[in-house]
Amino acid sequence: MEKLEFAKAGETMYHEKLENGLNVFVFPKPEFQKGYAFFATNYGGMDMRFCLDGAWHDTPAGVAHYLEHKMFDTQEGNALQDLAANGASPNAFTSNDITGYYFDSTEKFEENLRILLSFVSVPWFTQESVDKERGIIGQEIGMIEDDPHWKCYMNLMKALFQHHPIRVSVAGSVESIAEITPETLYACHKAFYDPANMVLCVAGPVDAAHICDVAREILPKKAGPIAAKDYGEKEGPRAAQSYIEERMEVSAPIFQLGWKGEAQANGEDRLRQELVGGLALEVLLGNSSPLYARLYREGLINQEFGYSYESSFGCAFLAADGESKAPEAVRMAVAEEAARIGREGVDPALWERVKKGVYGNRVRGLNSFENLCVGQAQAFFAGYDFLRFADIFNAITKEEAEELIANWVTGERTALSVVRAKEAVQ
Amino acid sequence: MSEVTRRELFPGVWLRAVHTNKFKSSYLSVTLLAPLDRKTAGANALIPEVLRRGSAVHPDMESLSAALDELYGGAIEPAVRKRGETQCVGFAASFLDDAYALKGEKILEPAADLLCELLLKPYTQDGHFCPDYTAGEKANLIDRIRSQINDKRTYATQRLTQEMCKYEAFGVDKLGDEESVAAITPESLWQRYQQLLRTAQVEVYFCGSADPDRVAGALRRALSALPVNENRVDPECSVRVSAGPEPIVVEEAMDVSQGKLALGFRTGGATCWEEDYPALYLATAVFGGTTLSKLFMNVREKLSLCYYASATLEKMKGLVLVSSGIEFDKYQTAKDEILAQLEAVKRGEIEPWELEGSRRTLIGACLSTLDDQGRQEEYWLGQTAAGLEEAPEEFAARLEGVTRDQVAQAAKKLELDTIYFLKGKEV
Repeated sequence: MEKLEFAKAGETMYHEKLENGLNVFVFPKPEFQKGYAFFATNYGGMDMRFCLDGAWHDTPAGVAHYLEHKMFDTQEGNALQDLAANGASPNAFTSNDITGYYFDSTEKFEENLRILLSFVSVPWFTQESVDKERGIIGQEIGMIEDDPHWKCYMNLMKALFQHHPIRVSVAGSVESIAEITPETLYACHKAFYDPANMVLCVAGPVDAAHICDVAREILPKKAGPIAAKDYGEKEGPRAAQSYIEERMEVSAPIFQLGWKGEAQANGEDRLRQELVGGLALEVLLGNSSPLYARLYREGLINQEFGYSYESSFGCAFLAADGESKAPEAVRMAVAEEAARIGREGVDPALWERVKKGVYGNRVRGLNSFENLCVGQAQAFFAGYDFLRFADIFNAITKEEAEELIANWVTGERTALSVVRAKEAVQ
Repeated sequence: MSEVTRRELFPGVWLRAVHTNKFKSSYLSVTLLAPLDRKTAGANALIPEVLRRGSAVHPDMESLSAALDELYGGAIEPAVRKRGETQCVGFAASFLDDAYALKGEKILEPAADLLCELLLKPYTQDGHFCPDYTAGEKANLIDRIRSQINDKRTYATQRLTQEMCKYEAFGVDKLGDEESVAAITPESLWQRYQQLLRTAQVEVYFCGSADPDRVAGALRRALSALPVNENRVDPECSVRVSAGPEPIVVEEAMDVSQGKLALGFRTGGATCWEEDYPALYLATAVFGGTTLSKLFMNVREKLSLCYYASATLEKMKGLVLVSSGIEFDKYQTAKDEILAQLEAVKRGEIEPWELEGSRRTLIGACLSTLDDQGRQEEYWLGQTAAGLEEAPEEFAARLEGVTRDQVAQAAKKLELDTIYFLKGKEV
C-alpha cells in the first residue's frame, strides 16, 4: 500500500491497486464521526459507443443513467432500504464521464460498505422491473426538459461542439430510453463495471488496509476485459454555431456563454489547465474583476451570475451563465475585456488577490468528504491525483492565464445560448 | 476532540466556541436574537442584507469582494432564521483556518474585524442607510417573499403555520410580510437597526482551531462598538397546550397540478424542555421523519396516496407538522390514512425495524452534526434560543434509551389542530 502525504492541503491518502485491478483510495479521518464511501466506474452518459471482445456497440442515449437507477435492485429486494435500515444515507449520480454510488453513515460502516460493493457489482434486472423504471425515468426526463437552465446548457453544448457526445443529455430522451432492455443493461454492466475500470474512495474513521480487505472479499477476484470507448474525431477550434435560442416559461431571459478550449490528454496537464482556466475566468469576469462590477452596475447581470471551467475526455471549455435583459451585450463586453487584457495584461494586484481567494476556497472545500472522494475518483480517471492542486497552484503564472484568455476567448470559439420568455410580457 | 465552551463577552453578548482541529476552515457567526413580531420582522430581515452591501470602510461590493479575497476567499453571508418565537438575524462567515495560509498570516482577527465592521459600521448617507442600497435590497426581499409561493411544498407548510398560529408570534414568517417591507424607508430602517443593536441578545459562534481565549479577545475588540446595555432581551417562546375542540380547516385554490395537504398537531405542551422530549422526537420520526417511517412506507410507497409525506417537530413550540403532496380527489383518503398511521403509533403498533431504523437515522444525523461546522452552528443556535446546553452526542445518548411504549405515550399527546389544503382551480 502506498501512502501519499499532501502537506499543504493537510491530507494523507492511502492507495492500493488490488489484484482484480480495482484502485482503492482511503483518507483516514479519525476525528470524524461519519464515514463516506464512493464507488465509481469510468463510465458516463457520453460513453455510448464502445468496443468489447472485438465487437463495436452503439447504445442508446441514457443507458448509463438507466443502469444507475436499476443497480439498487437486488435479488433479495432493494439496497436503498437495506442501507437506510442501518441509518445510512445512500445515493448515486451519473455525469458525462462517470457513474458513482455512495453512502455515509456513523454506524455499521463496514456492513454498509459490503452492501454498497455488492449491489453495484452484482446486476439483477428483470423485464418487469426494467419496464417499470421506464415510466419513472421518463418523468425525470420530462421534469429536466422543463428546466430552462438545463435547456440553456444543453443548447450551449450543441452550439459549441460539432459532434462530441457531450452534446447528448446524460438521461437521454423518452425516445432513446424506449429501446433499453435488460440485455442492454447487462451488456453495459459487463463492459464497464469491472473492478479494473472502477475506483473506491473512502474517507472517515477507518483503516485503509481493512477497507481493501473488504473489497477483496466482496468483489470478483480477477480483472475482466474493459471496453474501449469512441468519441469520434477530434473537435476543431471553432464553435459549431455562434448563437442558439429557445423560448420557454422564464420571467427574465437566461443565458449561457461558452468559449471552446483545447482538450488536454489525461495526466497532470489536465489539472493544470483546470486551475489556469479557473483563474482566467476570475480575472476576466469573476466576482472581484472590474468587468463584473461594471456589468452588475449597468444591470446587465445580477446575483444569479456564475462561471466555471469544464472538461471531459476530449473536450474543454469556459462557461458563464446568468440572467440578463441583453445577453448579446454581455458577450460583447467579455470580448472587449479579453482584448483589453490582451493589450494591457492582468493587473498584478488583482492576480495575487484572486489567487489567494481561489486557493483558500479549494482548501476549505476539502472539509467535505464527498468533495474529496468524488474529486479523487474523477481525477484518477483523468490521470492525476486530486490533492496535487495544492502543490501546482502556487507556481501558476499570470502569463499562463493571459495566454489562455488570448487563445480561447475569441469570436470563432464563442457560443451564446439564450432562453427567452414565450411571448413579450406587457 | 472538540470542546465546547460558552462565555459572556459583554452583558447579554455571548460567545460559544467549539475548539477543534478537524476542519480546514473556521466558522464564525454573529446573531442578534429578537422576539418574532409582525411589526418588526420585515425590517429585521432586511437589515443584514442592506449591511452586506457595504461598510464605511468598504463601501461597495467591489471593495468587499477584494477584502474577502485577501482573506483567502472567505465568505460572509447575511443570515435570517427563526427558532421558536425568536427571529435570528446576523452574519455567518467561513474562512480558511490559519494553519493553511500560504505565508503563515493570521486570518481569524481580520475576518472577525471585517464581519463586525459590516455589522456595526455601515455605509451611510445623511446619517442613515443609503437609499440606493435600501431600495435595492427591499426589492430583493420582496422578490424572495413572493417567490416562497413558487415552492408549493414549503408554501403549504408556511400557510398551515400562519393559520394555526394566527394569534401567536410563531405565525409570523422569518422574512416578515410584503406589506411591511414595502413601507420601510432608509430612516425607519436605521431606527430599527439602532434599536436592534441596543436591545437584542447577541450570540457569537466560533468553530475552529483557534484557542477560545484568542477568539474571545478578537471578538471583544471587534464588537467594542456595540452599545452597552445590561438588559438585553432573553429569547422566549409561548406554548399552547391543547388544540381547539374541532380542527380548523382552511382550503385555498390555485393554478397547480398537484394538491398539497398539510396537517398541524399540538403536542399537548410537550417540548424540548420536557423529560420525555427524546420520545416525542423519535415518535415524530417513526410517524413521518425518515424513509422508513409509516407515512413514507405506507401512505407513499404501499398505498401510493401521496407523492411525498413527512412529519417534522417544532421542538420549542410543541407542534408536529405533516406535509404531503396528493391528487386533488385523494383529499379524504389521504387525510384518513395519515391519521390512521398516527393512531397506529399511538397504539404502539411499531415493528422493531421501524423503531430501530428511525432511531439509527436520528442518532446518525445527531452525531454527524459534529462533522459539519455549519450544521453544528445551526444546532447550537437552536439550543441557545431554547436556553439549553445539551450537546448533540448527549442527546443521541438519550435517544438510545427510548422504548416503544414511551414512543406510543408521547404520540398519544398529539391533537389535530389545523388542516390546510391547497387544491386546483375548478375549471
